[in-house]
Amino acid sequence: MRLGELDRRDLAARLERRGLDLDTGPFVVRIETPIPALVDEVQGLYRDYPLDEGGGLADFHVVVLSPSGPLGMRRWWRRQATVILDEDRPFEPLPLDMAVPMLEWSINWCAATRANQYVMIHAAVLERDGRALVLPGVSGAGKSTLCAGLALRGWRLLSDEFALIRPGDGALDPWPRPISLKNTSIDLIRRWAPDAHMSTPVPNTNKGTVAHLRPPADSVRRAREAATPAWLVFPVFAVGAAPSLTRVPKGRAFFRLADCSFNYPSLGIRGFRALSRMIDECDAYEFRYSSLDDALGLLGALPSPTPTA
Amino acid sequence: MDVASLARLLREPASMARLAPAEWDVLLRQARHAGLLARLEALARDAGVLPGAPLRVRTRLEAARTDVELHHRLIRWEVTRLRRVLAPLPVVLLKGAAYLHAELPAARGRQFNDVDLLVPAEKLDDVETRLRDAGWRSTLLTAYDDRYYREWSHELPPMAHKDRQVVVDVHHNILPPTGRLRPDARLLLAAARALPGSPLRVLAPEDMVVHCACHLFMSGELHKSLRDLGDLDALVRGFAGGPGFWPTLHERARVLGVERPLYYGLRFAERLLGTPVPAESRRVVARAAPPAPVRAAMDTLVLAAMAPDQPARPRRGKGLARGLLTVRHHWLRMPPLMLARHLVHQALVRRSERG
Repeated sequence: MRLGELDRRDLAARLERRGLDLDTGPFVVRIETPIPALVDEVQGLYRDYPLDEGGGLADFHVVVLSPSGPLGMRRWWRRQATVILDEDRPFEPLPLDMAVPMLEWSINWCAATRANQYVMIHAAVLERDGRALVLPGVSGAGKSTLCAGLALRGWRLLSDEFALIRPGDGALDPWPRPISLKNTSIDLIRRWAPDAHMSTPVPNTNKGTVAHLRPPADSVRRAREAATPAWLVFPVFAVGAAPSLTRVPKGRAFFRLADCSFNYPSLGIRGFRALSRMIDECDAYEFRYSSLDDALGLLGALPSPTPTA
Repeated sequence: MDVASLARLLREPASMARLAPAEWDVLLRQARHAGLLARLEALARDAGVLPGAPLRVRTRLEAARTDVELHHRLIRWEVTRLRRVLAPLPVVLLKGAAYLHAELPAARGRQFNDVDLLVPAEKLDDVETRLRDAGWRSTLLTAYDDRYYREWSHELPPMAHKDRQVVVDVHHNILPPTGRLRPDARLLLAAARALPGSPLRVLAPEDMVVHCACHLFMSGELHKSLRDLGDLDALVRGFAGGPGFWPTLHERARVLGVERPLYYGLRFAERLLGTPVPAESRRVVARAAPPAPVRAAMDTLVLAAMAPDQPARPRRGKGLARGLLTVRHHWLRMPPLMLARHLVHQALVRRSERG
């Protein structure tokens, strides 16, 4: 059963009472919240996700509450949202309208701090014909915008934040999730795909204005289909720049990739082997661009990689 | 799941084979919160439970083990750096670093975040200078905190090397000099044992047990008490076969003046984790028991405070129990006037930080 098949009342009841176990592919996420506005947003963003039927065993447990504060003041004045992950509260409460970004960041935080079954890279991942394009990136490099643009034009979205490398065979497991768009990208993507569903933009977060884009239904449906890494592209957004792809030597690419990893040090030799293998199998580029159309054209025409023996 | 059920699974790991998925869900969350997830992995692996467990359970437990292995590597590396800098001085490893380097079962699946050292009080300045010269810095922010450590505690302000995150605590005793229990650190140092093929030393087995017991129910993290009790259990099980262990243990607790903490430690370890304590030893240790009403109160408080948190639904009684144990911890740590001064200062600081 998919989340979209629950009516609003059932969904709210499940979210409030015992939590809703969402099957997101590699992880089952239990979301629990009594906040009505968040129920609506979850319904919009996670419509296509299957509910987990595994008997109540979840990987991440995220509770989003609106605390009543001293003397119940917070029920009326400057309402807040706070997150409980398992029994910890790792984040400060934020204004109530930031509940969606908080939920999304919390789920990411759970994976980044725990999922050592993977070598995790902070990267967007997309796939075409079984070959994966990995876009590692620091914030501000335009990774999410590029990712949203490609996912809305024929590439399959694996993830906009996490490249999950399986240490055993080097394949990438998908983790399709709502794509986090910031500031001017929100309008850009709206113009680019007027029919795509987005959560209500939230101004004044520490990343500026944030909205989340619902992942394409096909990506969610294929959340267990792994892909083989083929291209490693480090995006650099530069206003007015003509699009250009420059090869990055493999040695340098290795360290840039390790730098973007959440858990490379934790994995020791397994992490080193997995990254080495990925570098061997991929061609690495630095990509400067200023418009999505240019980017689509150039990335769509990437030649097959030439693996090193 | 209450504390007794969690403890029962730690005591009889084979019974994990009968858990339903929803029970695993609760167990894994509570074990993580109690700092016991990787220990659970080690126990489950030994008991042969893992192959039959749900894939998600195996994956999560193995991921926790990966984390602990990293921490063990970081601690071992830090100790090699410390060894270089402190070479000619007599240095005794305490707690986690000691369990790890002495290859004791207590280190299995146990996450340690810092390195604890014991040095003679008269060498404290020398040790601090050497560490500073080699790049270690205090991790404290305020002059008050710095003074608190130097005047009222049994250790230097915590330090970390500027290029690394591992915190190093240099102790000159195992309990604060302001407290009621004041073991003579010279006795501990004199009895310390050399590690084979290394200039490093660790406490004698009985002293290690005594030290571990002294720290139970004393930290700011009472929800991790079951984990700390697990350390005591693992130490006792590991050492109990040695010649004269129990009589020596009683003798050391007496000489060091810490029979009461040993009593509490063994009592709760036996009750919750089934730590094997011979009848004769139980009698000897019980001589240090408090009067019956205090005993009853401690039983209630400790068990209530140790109960794992229920997700998002904290229980009122547990908050109270943890509050009272925190008061007890402070009470044992310093005389009333000093305590009042310290608490007033902390309250003012917190207020000004909020305002």
